[in-house]
Amino acid sequence: MEALLATAVGVLTACGVFLILRARTFPVLLGLTLLSYAVNLFLFASGRLRLGAPPLIRAGGSYTDPLPQALVLTAIVIGFGMTAYLAMLALRALSESGGDHVDVAKEP
Amino acid sequence: MNTHAPILPILIPFAAALLQMASERLAFQRAVGLLASGLLVVLTAWLTLLADDGLLRVYALGDWPAPFGIVLVVDRLAAGMTLLTAVLAFAALLYASSGFDARGRHFHPLFQLQLVGLTGAFLTGDLFNLFVFFEVMLLASYTLLAHGGGLARTRAGISYVVLNLIGSALFLIALGLLYGTLGTLNLADLAHRLTLPGHDQALARLAFALLIAVFLLKAGMLPLSFWLPHTYSAAGAPVAALFAIMTKVGIVAVLRVQAIALTPAIPDLLDTWLTTLALATVVFAALGVLAADRLRTLAAWLVLLSAGALLLAPAQASAQVDAAALFYLVQSTLAAAACFLLAGVIAERRGDAADRFRAGPLPATWLKVAFLILAATVAGLPPFAGFLGKLMLLTRLREVAAGPAIWLALLTSGFIVMIALARNGCLLIWKQETPVEPRAAAATPIAWQRATATLLLVAAGPLLAIGVRPLADYAARAASQLHAPGAYVAGVLGPTPAAIGRTEAR
Repeated sequence: MEALLATAVGVLTACGVFLILRARTFPVLLGLTLLSYAVNLFLFASGRLRLGAPPLIRAGGSYTDPLPQALVLTAIVIGFGMTAYLAMLALRALSESGGDHVDVAKEP
Repeated sequence: MNTHAPILPILIPFAAALLQMASERLAFQRAVGLLASGLLVVLTAWLTLLADDGLLRVYALGDWPAPFGIVLVVDRLAAGMTLLTAVLAFAALLYASSGFDARGRHFHPLFQLQLVGLTGAFLTGDLFNLFVFFEVMLLASYTLLAHGGGLARTRAGISYVVLNLIGSALFLIALGLLYGTLGTLNLADLAHRLTLPGHDQALARLAFALLIAVFLLKAGMLPLSFWLPHTYSAAGAPVAALFAIMTKVGIVAVLRVQAIALTPAIPDLLDTWLTTLALATVVFAALGVLAADRLRTLAAWLVLLSAGALLLAPAQASAQVDAAALFYLVQSTLAAAACFLLAGVIAERRGDAADRFRAGPLPATWLKVAFLILAATVAGLPPFAGFLGKLMLLTRLREVAAGPAIWLALLTSGFIVMIALARNGCLLIWKQETPVEPRAAAATPIAWQRATATLLLVAAGPLLAIGVRPLADYAARAASQLHAPGAYVAGVLGPTPAAIGRTEAR
């Protein structure tokens, strides 16, 4: 379980960083999305991994730490909004400059 | 009223933003915005006076006690920073209300939401909450940066947004590491648990290093600062003036984390490399000032210069240095913001030349005088506040190990700024274009809102010099309160922080 999660975080981060280093806005956007997935999984793991335990404290029952789940939820919402904004900005750059290069061509 | 005072600097702009979204009428939005900003100035001034009794005001949201709930913590530093934010915001909003806000939609609600993020980031005592307020601030700033349109702004916006999204990812990784190793995200609780044995020292160090790196990205420390000059110079004048405080959010966060969590537990995390990088930032920014080809680019480099000078403080871990740094912070923020507004006003009357440093139509006499006062403030010449700020900082930094290098860098950079301003000032305010073109722009006078807002911030230089004693005393008290981490922890967690260990759920 730990190895699987660690591998997933690692692969997602590597792919994300690779894509962010591209020079076009669309791959960069995808890279940021992958990076935020990796971060969310990492945050989730910060409460330790437990199988078959609900994030609810009950008398006698075992439970898993609910806080990281709340953190991940917040991070997902914020990340989603940011990515949507970046997509709009990239589209605007595309329509204004006619190219999707990150360093949009200078004004004439 | 007093019990709920800490949350009001967040609630007032938030309520104003909601109200402004209810109607698209610009006059209504302006009135609400100016009223809310004025109210915020009064309220934060009151909060600053209230905080000066030295008590730590802890506001538990939803009445959940720390470390379980999120707390807002008002000490002298937090209250003072919200006051600075409010003053700056009022001037920027006044300037924007003369037509800049009509160049795109939703300027006013976004402006207020940016204030929510700024005041929240200064007030919160919880690191995840700090992340949320950072994001509120950044999301509003992305849209404000693009306000007014134009390819230059879109271009600056893309790199700014991408960079800050990466910064947010690193922030979350740092928070995950902190929660994984220490089991809390409340700053006071973190500081408390760091001093206890039984956690992974190496991981905690790594997490704090990452956290500091993210703050330094916002502050504009050298290897992470290449985004700053072109972003700030692309923004519209009032937006850039408000942005002048955004780098300070990062600096204050570094100061706070360093004083409360790092000094007692990991004192050696910053001292080896921070001073070197801060000095490199100062030199880099000074060269940028020399190379700037227009006033607002120059102002953007000045923001970076003051960030570099301020980042000399955290590594010293001394209340005296921080006291000087806080005074320097206040005056340099106001001066940089004044520079952006003045650039906007000067550009208005010079047609194609705008605020570029070349011959063009002459600005009005009051603008020349304002430029002269501002230039003296920024370059650190007596008798204005810039001189006093630099003097205090240099005096305090004389005894530290890297003292000679710091003196050399700060004095040289001051000299370079002076040369740049003298040379470019001559071009800007004295050199007339030949042959003289008919001045069509002269027919439209500068709007009173713009003139008032600019003069308000320019006057901060002389006014802070007159009121230096109370302000410097307040900064000294704020710094000594900041450097009493025991009192902070006790104030937030209660007198005897119970050992609320990570629950047995592991």
